[in-house]
Amino acid sequence: MTDRGADRLTRHEADRGADRLARHGADRLAGLGADRVTVSEIERIYRAEYGRAVAVLVRHFGDIELAEEAVQDAFAAAVPRWGEDGVPPSPAGWIITTARNRAVDRLRRESSRDVREVAAVRASGAAVAESAEVEALGSDMDDGIGTALNEADDDTLRLIFTCCHPALAPAARVALTLRLLGGLTTGEIARAFLVPETTMGQRLSRAKGKIRDARIPYRIPRDEELPDRLGAVLAVLYLIFNEGYAASGGPVLTRDDLAGEAIRLTRLLVALMPDEPEARGLLALMLLIEARRPARTTAEGDLVLLADQDRTLWNRAYITEGQGLLRDCLRRGRPGPYQLQATINAVHADAETAGVTDWAQILQIYDHLAAVAGGPVVALHRAVAVAEVHGPAVGLAIVDGLEGLERHHVWHTVRADLLRRLGRTEAAVTAYGKAVELTGNVAERRYLERRAATL
Amino acid sequence: MKQYLLSIYQPDGDPPPPEVLEPIMVELGKLNDEMKAAGAWVFAVGLNPPSTATVVRDNNGDAVLTDGPFTEGKEHLGGFTIIRATDLDEALSWGGRVATVLAPLAIEVRPIAWPIE
Repeated sequence: MTDRGADRLTRHEADRGADRLARHGADRLAGLGADRVTVSEIERIYRAEYGRAVAVLVRHFGDIELAEEAVQDAFAAAVPRWGEDGVPPSPAGWIITTARNRAVDRLRRESSRDVREVAAVRASGAAVAESAEVEALGSDMDDGIGTALNEADDDTLRLIFTCCHPALAPAARVALTLRLLGGLTTGEIARAFLVPETTMGQRLSRAKGKIRDARIPYRIPRDEELPDRLGAVLAVLYLIFNEGYAASGGPVLTRDDLAGEAIRLTRLLVALMPDEPEARGLLALMLLIEARRPARTTAEGDLVLLADQDRTLWNRAYITEGQGLLRDCLRRGRPGPYQLQATINAVHADAETAGVTDWAQILQIYDHLAAVAGGPVVALHRAVAVAEVHGPAVGLAIVDGLEGLERHHVWHTVRADLLRRLGRTEAAVTAYGKAVELTGNVAERRYLERRAATL
Repeated sequence: MKQYLLSIYQPDGDPPPPEVLEPIMVELGKLNDEMKAAGAWVFAVGLNPPSTATVVRDNNGDAVLTDGPFTEGKEHLGGFTIIRATDLDEALSWGGRVATVLAPLAIEVRPIAWPIE
């Protein structure tokens, strides 16, 4: 962990072609024999504060590129400084103040920029107001902190909504969110999504260029736009989580880092928008699914289906938290798709063994879900519940009636399983074969091949 | 204020018959008036069909002409409006209004780098 902390900071700078500073910092830290805990502490602070610092700087300088560079400069400076002096009382305040100064320095240095712009930023009331705000951040826990933190929180929300703006392609929204709010490097995001780093770099710079040139606004959507815009944010977070939960390609089944990052960002969103039940519902859904991770694969990395999982391995803390969140949001009486999916997972979590799962209740929730968020994928999962309640033949009839899922490996997997249970072995083998062809995930493919082989 | 180009893409071929086209043009006229009243309207034109277009290229000082529009395809630029807006959301909101009047035509909203004075 400590090594990863130093490594991450170094790689971040490498991203910007300014790795010398960070390496210098890390070397100095090691050379001084400074407490190695400090590096993991910086890593933790980096994770927690990067997005907020970028968000505050974007508001003040109106330039994402500059904000990122300045915040990375600040963290690179923090490594040697905090190694010597220890972590300051308000690391967030220190980072933001330092980053702001670095941003002003950068603006001053860059001859291509209008010198007057720098002067304007420095002399403007906004800058003065911000100084006070950063001072307040710096004094942490003091009385004045409330307003300053609220302001920084609003900036974080603005940045979230900008990153997830519907005028950007979904892949760009995901990449920007991980980059600007999660602080992941371009290389890390590229590896997570199995694309070359240059491709991811182009995707990110194109998206940032569009935000700048098309003037995608940096603001929290108005009430009447909020449901749609929040829906787009939740979709991005769920996409990141799903990629972490069931990687769409590559050798491993899951990418724990991405799922963890999605949960962290959703937690942040819930803290920033406590009155949005669907945000809370999404967090509950993620936690209830994530709770099963330890039981989801064997030591060899093979997939274990829900019905076959050792339920004592489930993460009880996540389940308890997920169920608590779910109760909170359902009480508001506005159940949306994420809350309903979370409820289905909560029913699974309640069953001590697969055999005692309350499938009738699950089917009822699926009926509700199909009514608010219809679509073939929901219908497919509902058919699984139908098969449990009314038998595989009834389930199969529904599955066969669904259109537009021929390219979807889960459709073939579900069909294969129902055919197997109906004793239609030959058709089941064919269906498993189709599913194998269509899944990009190696662990899933191995499972399906094993399953077909036992028929 | 930023300026945006709202390009109207329409399928090649004959325009719709007058009884379809006329009410659409009336609605479009109303929307243009609304844009003007809001201070958003800068400029708007409708184009003759792509079959009337000629492409010119320079070949060492000589003009080389090609009959027809620059891009191949079944849809071409049919007209455009230039608007003023504070940000993309506002521009998209006007673009959406144009798309509603001209449905099912697609409207491309694109920021202008060097705005009209």
